[in-house]
Amino acid sequence: MPAYCPPHIPASEITPKNLYLSRRSFVGGAAAAGFAFAGTGQAFASPLAGKPSDYKVDEKLTPKEAVTTYNNFYEFGVNKEDPSQNAGSFKPTPWSIKVDGLVGKPKEFGLDELMKMSLEDRTYRMRCVEGWSMVIPWIGFPLSAILDQVEPQGSAKYVSFETVVRPEEMPGQKGFFQPLPWPYVEGLRLDEARNPLTILAVGLYGETLPNQNGAPIRLVVPWKYGFKSIKSIVKISLVEKQPQTTWKNSNAREYGFYSNVNPAVDHPRWSQATEQRIGEGGLFGSNRHPTLPFNGYADQVASLYAGMDLKANY
Amino acid sequence: MATFPALPRRYHSASIWGLYIVGLCPAAWYFYQASTGGLGFNPVKEFEHVIGIWALRFIIATLAITPLRDLATINWVRYRRALGLIAFYYVLIHFAVYLLLDLQLNFGAVGSDIVRRPYITIGFGCLLMLIPLAVTSNNWSIRKLGHGWIKLHKLIYLIAAGGALHYVLAVKSVTLVPFIHVALIALLLAYRSVRKPIMDRKRARKNLGQPARAAR
Repeated sequence: MPAYCPPHIPASEITPKNLYLSRRSFVGGAAAAGFAFAGTGQAFASPLAGKPSDYKVDEKLTPKEAVTTYNNFYEFGVNKEDPSQNAGSFKPTPWSIKVDGLVGKPKEFGLDELMKMSLEDRTYRMRCVEGWSMVIPWIGFPLSAILDQVEPQGSAKYVSFETVVRPEEMPGQKGFFQPLPWPYVEGLRLDEARNPLTILAVGLYGETLPNQNGAPIRLVVPWKYGFKSIKSIVKISLVEKQPQTTWKNSNAREYGFYSNVNPAVDHPRWSQATEQRIGEGGLFGSNRHPTLPFNGYADQVASLYAGMDLKANY
Repeated sequence: MATFPALPRRYHSASIWGLYIVGLCPAAWYFYQASTGGLGFNPVKEFEHVIGIWALRFIIATLAITPLRDLATINWVRYRRALGLIAFYYVLIHFAVYLLLDLQLNFGAVGSDIVRRPYITIGFGCLLMLIPLAVTSNNWSIRKLGHGWIKLHKLIYLIAAGGALHYVLAVKSVTLVPFIHVALIALLLAYRSVRKPIMDRKRARKNLGQPARAAR
């Protein structure tokens, strides 16, 4: 356990964003240059700045320590503390994402190029299918920015994503008991992928992504259960048919392709009506919040599913 | 086979009381951890889960007493009541955490969970089945019920199987820790079905080795 426990600071006492950003863009620029050439293990995140955006929620942020130590990232182990404890030797640089499939211009994006995209601050709610949630200040850019560059063909209807496989650096990927088949794969419908809410995140809390949160680059789809937001992505493909997705393959009755957050559709084994906000409450006064349809993003995304039976397409 | 050194009779009662104290230590330790931030950022769930796992461990220990005596000639039958009761206390704590700390006495949610979620239905059923076993665990009930007591307490097999199923259904994927617990319960239950032939053969061999006694 870390010896230092951060004090609770009300939002009103935090340095205004425009002030710290001016300082951070200076420091961040220098660090980003170093980051691009680091080459070897980048166990610790470096400062990173995004432009302020309107995509934020007016709720208390989940403490950074909780965001970076309470994780589901089975490549590093199945317990919540495993990723933060086991991800130290993972090397997020050098890195690249191959984008291929039904596209006019297939392309391999290097990390330096991805870090130079127009980065924005996006504070999103994150709802895990297990019934807990967080509020996380991500830094990233819309997925559509790179989809536009590769020019999807008319026949492309879905986007599939793939996580890196590195058993030597990811202890959950080796050994006798493997919780899931690797690589972890996920998918979205093309219109979901192009929704402005859908981002590729490269940082959180003003720093590059820690390894346990999906370094160096991950998907964030805030209106879907957390497992859709695939981490440490190495490949993105535009495809015609609905792609394979890891949890659906593992248990199709419990984890659907869409997996939109929906308090009215229970998981077969537990209710989805409420959620435990991580870092609030403690042992007594466990603080359950009501879960919102589309995780509170119904205004932006409900139209994507107009006329669709959300119970059948869970 | 080497016999396990026997504990002098005068210490038996003290050792049983010691077992109660040691057995409840994990609950006290994890309660302390959970209330002081030592169990991470979702202490209610962590505490609920770890108490459930310890309940299974004491059920496993209870079921292990018979094969230990049969196969390793270690007679710890005197501890079986304490182990079973400790398991019952853990199940009670597990349910209390769920009811008080997790769902905060939202009885509507508890009711719908029990009716609609198979793993909770099974878990709750196991808790209900443990109650008559705990209530009749005293010497008076054993004398009073006679052969019926033995029959009644065979319920522990159903409870152990139900507990294992409850665990498997509650986790997102069966990894090493759930697998070990479930495998031990499966093994200990399976032993009950082969116990009779094993003991018959053992007795027959013993009788062959001691013809004088058999002839007496």
